Amino acid sequence: MNKTVNQKAWFFVIPVFVLVAFNAIIPLMTVVNYAFQETFGNNVFMWEGTRWFKQIMLSERFHASLGRQFLFTFIILFIQIPLGIAIALTMPKEGIGVPVCLVLMSMPLLIPWNVVGAMWNIFALPDIGFLGHSLNALGFDYNFTQQIGDAWFTTILMDVWHWTSLVVLLSYAGLRSIQPAYYQAAEIDGASRWAIFTKIELPKMKKVLTIAILLRFMDSFMIYTEPFVLTGGGPGNATAFLSIDLVKMALGQFDLGPAAAMSLIYFFIVLLVCWVFYTLMMRNEEKS
Amino acid sequence: MKQAKWVVPTIYIIFLMLPIYWLLNMSFKTTTEIINTYTLWPQEFTLDNYKKIFNDSTWYTGYLNSIYYVVMNTVISVAAALPAAYAFSRYKFLGDKHLFFWLLTNRMAPPAVFALPFFQFYSSVNLFDTHVAVALSHCLFNIPLAVWILEGFMSSVPKELDETAYVDGYSFWRFFFKIFIPTITAGIGITMFFCFMFSWVELLLAKTLTAVAAKPIAATMTRTASTSGYELGLLAAAGSLTIIPGAIVIYFVRNYIAKGFALGRV
Repeated sequence: MNKTVNQKAWFFVIPVFVLVAFNAIIPLMTVVNYAFQETFGNNVFMWEGTRWFKQIMLSERFHASLGRQFLFTFIILFIQIPLGIAIALTMPKEGIGVPVCLVLMSMPLLIPWNVVGAMWNIFALPDIGFLGHSLNALGFDYNFTQQIGDAWFTTILMDVWHWTSLVVLLSYAGLRSIQPAYYQAAEIDGASRWAIFTKIELPKMKKVLTIAILLRFMDSFMIYTEPFVLTGGGPGNATAFLSIDLVKMALGQFDLGPAAAMSLIYFFIVLLVCWVFYTLMMRNEEKS
Repeated sequence: MKQAKWVVPTIYIIFLMLPIYWLLNMSFKTTTEIINTYTLWPQEFTLDNYKKIFNDSTWYTGYLNSIYYVVMNTVISVAAALPAAYAFSRYKFLGDKHLFFWLLTNRMAPPAVFALPFFQFYSSVNLFDTHVAVALSHCLFNIPLAVWILEGFMSSVPKELDETAYVDGYSFWRFFFKIFIPTITAGIGITMFFCFMFSWVELLLAKTLTAVAAKPIAATMTRTASTSGYELGLLAAAGSLTIIPGAIVIYFVRNYIAKGFALGRV
């Protein structure tokens, strides 16, 4: 669509701008304030320059939680995106099956995050949980509160359970926008199922898939409540992802300076990755 | 081949329903049964856990608090996002692309980063422990999302619609409310669904900004889990009840979801 230039459009944007700025800029300035200063309470501050940033950048604790965070995000993206596409492809396209699938598949998305954590905790308990009990009955030595591997397995399974539906819904939306004529043409040409997928369906889903990957990246990178309730970051620090580690530092130990510096570095990493995605997305949009 | 297609969604739905079933199962058991035995369904079916929740005001006000601020947030987010999304979809103006990206960055900001400053900020303006505080703080991520989704829907409405209305003598606001909004109801439905969803499920900010008067149900649950040992049955019953509002909302917007998805952009 060719848009007309109209500077008065700013008036339409003002309510949004004010509401978001109120919530974003003032608290962000507080974080910046803490990141460069040392405080002993009572609003007494001492200038520290970049000391906290250096301390965080060099700390092994930060490297470890950052590493865990990237590993976790890559694993869940690697599972959820292909799985989501596969399920969307096999979903019914018309009839009663459509609302049934949509309603049932959206269920996990609307459960409060700490309930998700509590639910999986109950589900995975080795003695009385269905998952834990079944795995132990099958001969696996499973205990997610004791063994690091099991804790990771449970956290990842929980995230797959929780969020794959979002990818399914978005991919399904992309698939629905394909005109039937494309499929008819493919049938006449005798295209294989794989060719239809790679030549027609995947290009048409590109836009919604970018949104799906972007949303899943952002949300998994800031994951806090579910693993906090499920494993509490344990055993040890094995599942202490960035947000868990950050809250522990800020509210648990009250190391405000380093925590603020860590917040800014954390935010900057998310911003950087999302900016790359966003630019790619906009470039695609301009092409089409 | 046609039959086999049902297999994948069915298995997936069973996988989704298992933990939910387990939660329901636990909520109908007595504490002794939960602790002493492993049973696939309740042997002594009981409603005690639910009775306890409905008779204790600290429990049920938690639900009312949550619903109150979620609805407030959804209304604020959509109302503010409507004109903004219209501006982004129809006009070019100074800094529009940067503004759009800046809005999105707030959707990307980890709430953990904001928890402490939010607490200090809302305390200093005397809004701590009010529903408004939670509703406003959730605008941080819901408004950008609402603008993003609505902009997509509005862009799929041809501009000729606006121009014909002006030729017919409609003023801008009359056109906007009488013609434009009715044409994008599906989009508004989807947007409200997403705003409701993200505000309903968020806990970190809601918990940080409340103490007693506006405490969300999810936070009440955390307290029970930590103080009174581990009352699994009660916890499971409270958890099961939090699924209901979401399920009702999905049921109402199911047609919008299908229709909205047919428009091709979410």
